[in-house]
Amino acid sequence: MGLSAVARLWGPPGLLLTFALHPALCLRPVQTSAPRHRDYCVLGAGPAGLQMAYFLQRAGRDYAVFERAPRPGSFFTRYPRHRKLISINKRHTGKANAEFNLRHDWNSLLSHDPRLLFRHYSRAYFPDAGDMVRYLGDFADRLGLHVLYNTTIAHVTLDKDRQAWNGHYFILTDQMGHAHQCSVLLVATGLSVPNQVDFPGSEYVEGYESVSVDPEDFEGQNVLILGRGNSAFETAENILGVTNFIHMLSRSRVRLSWATHYVGDLRAINNGLLDTYQLKSLDGLLESDLTDLAVVKDREGKFHITLKFFLEEGNQSADAVTLPQDDNDNFAMRVAYDRVIRCLGWNFDFSIFNKSLRLSSGGELSKKYPLVKASYESKGSRGLFVLGTASHSVDYRRSAGGFIHGFRYTVRAVHRLLEQRHHGVAWPSTKHPISQLTSSIVRRVNEASGLYQMFGVLADVVLLKENAMAFEYLEEFPTQMLAQLETITGRKARHGLFVINMEYGRNFSGPDKDVFFYDRSVGHTEDAWQSNFLHPVIYYYRHLPTEQEVRFRPADWALPRPTAIHHIVEDFLTDWTAPVGHILPLRRFLENCLDTDLRSFYAESCFLFALTHQKLPPFCQQGYLRTQGLMGTESLRRHGVESGLLRDYATVGRRREDGGRGLLGGSQAPGPPVQALDSNKEEL
Amino acid sequence: MMSSSFNKFRVGISFVMMSIFYKSAVDSLSELSPQKYFSTLQPGKASLAYFCQADSPRTSIFLEELNEAVKPLQDYGISVAKVNCVKEETSRYCGKEKDLMKAYLFRGNILLREFPTDTLFDVNAIVAHVLFSLLFNEVKYITTLEDLQNIENALKGKANIAFSYVRAIGTPEHRAVMETAFVYGTTYKFVLTTETALLESIGTEDIENAHLYFFHCKQVLDLTEQCRRTLMEWPLTTLNIHRFIKTMEAPLVTEVAEDPQQVSTVHLQLGLPLVFIVSQQATYEADRRTAEWAAWRLLGKAGVLLLLRDSLEADIPQHANVVFRRAEEGVPVEFLVLHDVDLIISHVESNMHNEEIQEDEDEDMESPDMDIQDDEVAETVYRDRKRRLPLELTVELTEETFDETVVASDSIVLFYAGWQAVSMAFLQSYIDLAIKLKGTSTMLLTRVNCADWSDLCAKQNVTEFPVVKMYKEGKNPVSYTGMLGTEDLLKFIQLNRISCPVNITSVQEAEEYLSGELYKDLISYSSVSVLGLFSPNMTTAKEDFTEAGNYLKGCVITGIYSEEDVLILSNKYAATLPALLLARHKEGKIESIPLANSHAQDIVQIITNALLETFPEITVENLPIYLRLQKPLLILFSDGSINPQCKKAVLTLVKEKHLDSLTPCWLNLKNTPVGRGILQAYFNTLPPLPLLVVVSLHSGGQVFAFPSDQAITEQNLLLWLKKLEAGLESHITILPAGEWKPPLPAYDFLSMMDAAGSQQPTRRESECTKEMDAQENDKKHEDKSASRKEPIETLRIKHWNRSNWFKEGEKSFRHDNKEL
Repeated sequence: MGLSAVARLWGPPGLLLTFALHPALCLRPVQTSAPRHRDYCVLGAGPAGLQMAYFLQRAGRDYAVFERAPRPGSFFTRYPRHRKLISINKRHTGKANAEFNLRHDWNSLLSHDPRLLFRHYSRAYFPDAGDMVRYLGDFADRLGLHVLYNTTIAHVTLDKDRQAWNGHYFILTDQMGHAHQCSVLLVATGLSVPNQVDFPGSEYVEGYESVSVDPEDFEGQNVLILGRGNSAFETAENILGVTNFIHMLSRSRVRLSWATHYVGDLRAINNGLLDTYQLKSLDGLLESDLTDLAVVKDREGKFHITLKFFLEEGNQSADAVTLPQDDNDNFAMRVAYDRVIRCLGWNFDFSIFNKSLRLSSGGELSKKYPLVKASYESKGSRGLFVLGTASHSVDYRRSAGGFIHGFRYTVRAVHRLLEQRHHGVAWPSTKHPISQLTSSIVRRVNEASGLYQMFGVLADVVLLKENAMAFEYLEEFPTQMLAQLETITGRKARHGLFVINMEYGRNFSGPDKDVFFYDRSVGHTEDAWQSNFLHPVIYYYRHLPTEQEVRFRPADWALPRPTAIHHIVEDFLTDWTAPVGHILPLRRFLENCLDTDLRSFYAESCFLFALTHQKLPPFCQQGYLRTQGLMGTESLRRHGVESGLLRDYATVGRRREDGGRGLLGGSQAPGPPVQALDSNKEEL
Repeated sequence: MMSSSFNKFRVGISFVMMSIFYKSAVDSLSELSPQKYFSTLQPGKASLAYFCQADSPRTSIFLEELNEAVKPLQDYGISVAKVNCVKEETSRYCGKEKDLMKAYLFRGNILLREFPTDTLFDVNAIVAHVLFSLLFNEVKYITTLEDLQNIENALKGKANIAFSYVRAIGTPEHRAVMETAFVYGTTYKFVLTTETALLESIGTEDIENAHLYFFHCKQVLDLTEQCRRTLMEWPLTTLNIHRFIKTMEAPLVTEVAEDPQQVSTVHLQLGLPLVFIVSQQATYEADRRTAEWAAWRLLGKAGVLLLLRDSLEADIPQHANVVFRRAEEGVPVEFLVLHDVDLIISHVESNMHNEEIQEDEDEDMESPDMDIQDDEVAETVYRDRKRRLPLELTVELTEETFDETVVASDSIVLFYAGWQAVSMAFLQSYIDLAIKLKGTSTMLLTRVNCADWSDLCAKQNVTEFPVVKMYKEGKNPVSYTGMLGTEDLLKFIQLNRISCPVNITSVQEAEEYLSGELYKDLISYSSVSVLGLFSPNMTTAKEDFTEAGNYLKGCVITGIYSEEDVLILSNKYAATLPALLLARHKEGKIESIPLANSHAQDIVQIITNALLETFPEITVENLPIYLRLQKPLLILFSDGSINPQCKKAVLTLVKEKHLDSLTPCWLNLKNTPVGRGILQAYFNTLPPLPLLVVVSLHSGGQVFAFPSDQAITEQNLLLWLKKLEAGLESHITILPAGEWKPPLPAYDFLSMMDAAGSQQPTRRESECTKEMDAQENDKKHEDKSASRKEPIETLRIKHWNRSNWFKEGEKSFRHDNKEL
């Protein structure tokens, strides 16, 4: 700035002018430091921030990522404390399909570069967190993402301006006092504040973030762990073999991810303590509300558990405090502990956001998350989006939106929304003739990773064109925003639509459900609606549902009540390509929704129809009539005749010459029967 | 909690639906004040009126049922009204209290009967009660055997009796009897009872069901003789009773002397079989008695005829003495040798039994039918799945090898998806092509399975399957848009060996090009060679032509000549530059078309039109091109190559411009056997060939046939076409104009889910019966699945295949049965 000002000084002729301009040019930058404007500002260079940066970069947008640390993914430099990621790194699936393989790759970010797949960074099924740091660094470097490292945004405020895209700019102030003006703010700061519960004696408690990870430090100790999430069990797992015993205390019952189908619940890889507890070792699990507790320290430095209630009534001297076992001599936690460790998870850091942003925390279940709409836009201020782990309030305890393998897709959805909103780039879609409808759905259902990972949250949408002769296919749209589809995508939904979602069975998942019950799998297509395992569900709507319909949809329904619904029966191999088991019922469903015939025909059949009917089935109209008929081969024709679906016309009428019998050899020609012709004739 | 709120929501919905229903109910039932109502009554006309307080609820179950009864009662000339008792107009029919409201039946303004609303519990009861009151004289209600005998005696020699037992008044069976009585009440005496004792006394043990007996009293002359009785063996519905009575009216035995296949009696129309007792002069009397005896026993089940063999022309096997003909059309008659009336009866009954069972089976099969593949492409590909294709003849490309391969050599790439039937069917043609071209083509045949390499396909802009693209070095890939078959793709590949347009450099070369010498091997793929002639300075025109040539790549040979000596050619072929020369190799003709100010699109149009023949042989491959002309087709069907005279006649008319409004063409059944299917659709049977038809596909769909007794000559044809144009010819058929609807229904998972969701049957009877049916169907589904689940679900793993084997097994088993 200073330099360019000086350069200009040499240019203009005349000293007077120079004198007049000099103070103005020189003083402004120094005094007010006019904020540098950017269209998009991303807070945090973690996985979500980098993912968004990638999409902005590919679209050629004006953006910057602000990162406090000198390298991306600083969270992973310290966490998880025991360094083992519990997101699976499945390097082999037996398939080449890259999109399909992302269904089983929980660590990679989305990019066009196949080298940036996590499987090139670690061979471990549960990889080391260090590999994630290396991966994120490579991702940012290779793709040349604009990240401003060592830049801590200390404060975010709102600056009203009519000219701005959203009626206001976001002003970000960094640690140097430099201001950055942004049209759109994308917050991807994750959850960074350890969750603490305030109770008497909580000062004696060690936190997960700082507790020793060396098992030696726990030799022969009695340990109490507060919390029942993966971090609590991860901590327990690490010291299980060296302690006297571990007790775990939390408010609610343990939720096993294989029962809830939610990856945020306790994963089997961490649940060694459950095993020893249930096999009558000394370890154990207890349920109690932590806010009622109190911890008191005795003279030997051991910790006793008591109730806050007791502390309030008596005096505070450590040894005189009433303990529950005084009244109730079999109180479970009457033993003294050597250590109490808190592993209660993290909260979103609200502190840097000015009140004017109205970024408040979510509802009862998701206090730790900022409140956002299903489009990930803050409810408080337009143009502020929350990405990544912090955006998990949308699908907390339901889907994968809080984890890399989920939010990489929701970030893409947010980016598509922004492209439409600010740049007039409609949501990407492909247009096809209706004869391709079944295939388009089958293809996505079999390979799409976004639908699979973000089941129930992101769904594909098929928008029908007039007369249902063509359709547009939109991928991975946030289902809860269905009513606003037209404004978000810039596409029209005037003639009905299909929504393709993936779902578990209604009553299959839950912390107290037996997911191994005897009759759990469904094999028959007519029972498909009772499928329990993740399977595709197709909703048909004659009209775009309204906001009311989406909001007040029946309980347990992912989407409002449709005109018709189809379940593709669950499949053990998640391969929904069986001609009769999967594709045929789907075709029948689509046919009946659209009231047309979606079968495919060989050119010869189309030829026959063209000369014996006034109208043709869509497949013939869109293929054969455009000289793209399917000719078939001799061997296929033979199979057709054997199956009775095709006729061998070479022999038609021959028999008559021979024996004077009936003409039709009993085989039925497909399509509207020839009888229709007869009846017409009779009328005349 | 959640489920209860869910239920509330459902109740909300059904409430809305019900109120809609009620609203429409009130609309169709006329509502009047008492005064108004009595003013509408006409003498002799019956009317049912429900009197109710004006402030009473507008909806009730009774009102709904009454509303439903409006239509059926109107059919019998009985009007129905709801009369609102308002305070100002009191009527004695208006009850004092709400629950004392009644319905009244009037004839004219005479009160016939009053009904408490609870006797009219549903639509059947309403219709039954009203008709019962009106037909008081025609239908006699009795309670004892004595009553029955009195009536029987009184009617001997006079009239026949229809005696029925129903379990209660107001049942659907009662209604059916009353409705029949309304029609036949003057012909037969109807007698009704609800007494089981009476039924037992005439010898029926089954008192659970309603019964109807026909007492044949009219022909009884001796008063001591009992009337013959025939029991109707079908359920009591209006239609069945009507059918039964019709057969009672028919003559007991009919004598015929014609082909049993041609005979028609009332029985056939009613869906009953015919039994012919074959007779000859010598045994006539005995046969007649046998026939009568059988006829009595088969009354209501089959028609019995006496077939006089002596005066019969048709051929009946020597030994056969009974001919059995089913009611279904097209089933050949059976010739039987039966020496006992009992055998005849049991044959008829066993066949009827079979028919019923078969019907049941058909119903059962209807739902599994949905799982039977009716897509010919999917089915044929599936059936062919085990055949190993020589896939190695084409190069399989992957994400890694694709780019280097298409850069290294000119390639054809087939993009397909392994699970998609259409692309797998085409893959077979593609492999056939590879076999044909093996070692002869410079073009590399490759394929990409998009089920594996979805990113690669997306990058190549392939989002549908199958797609064929040609990659030639340094040029944009060209998509193939022809028929998905070996021949057309071969043509595309061959014609793409030369550039399009090819640059001709000398007059001599141009002459060779036009004569077909230059690209001898390509002439078979392009019947026309196009040469653009330009002066060297006509840059724009050349560009346009080049663009057009590029566009037509792969379907026709195009060349360009623009040397200084171009005038030699233009003079020789009398063309003004810029011009097109079209060399038709088959006919050995070269014509010229001026090209002044033609844009690329126009040139494409000119060339495509030039490719059309004046009287082409129509084939599966080329029909779409000729359909584009949107004209009625004049098709000459020929078994084998075309008759030269016919050809000459048509060509002459073409030359004389008489056929400009038509697309004349001919169809060779040897090359295009599916033409037989077309003829069958037009004529039902294959007519003698050659044969000329006009099909107006795009306007009305009429099909006209040139009279087969006339020779296809110019004059005849012209005359016929004139008449046709003048609307003097009548069409032989009209092609069906119907849309293509779903071939079969789909599983209605939504209602299955609803049925499972609403455990308690809180539905009120008010909901329309259709919905009830649907629900019942669902239940059936559930029951079925529940019972079927046992053996399959024990496998504990998802086993679609296994269950399918079961079905396959069943299918083939059934199939075998049928063949037997």
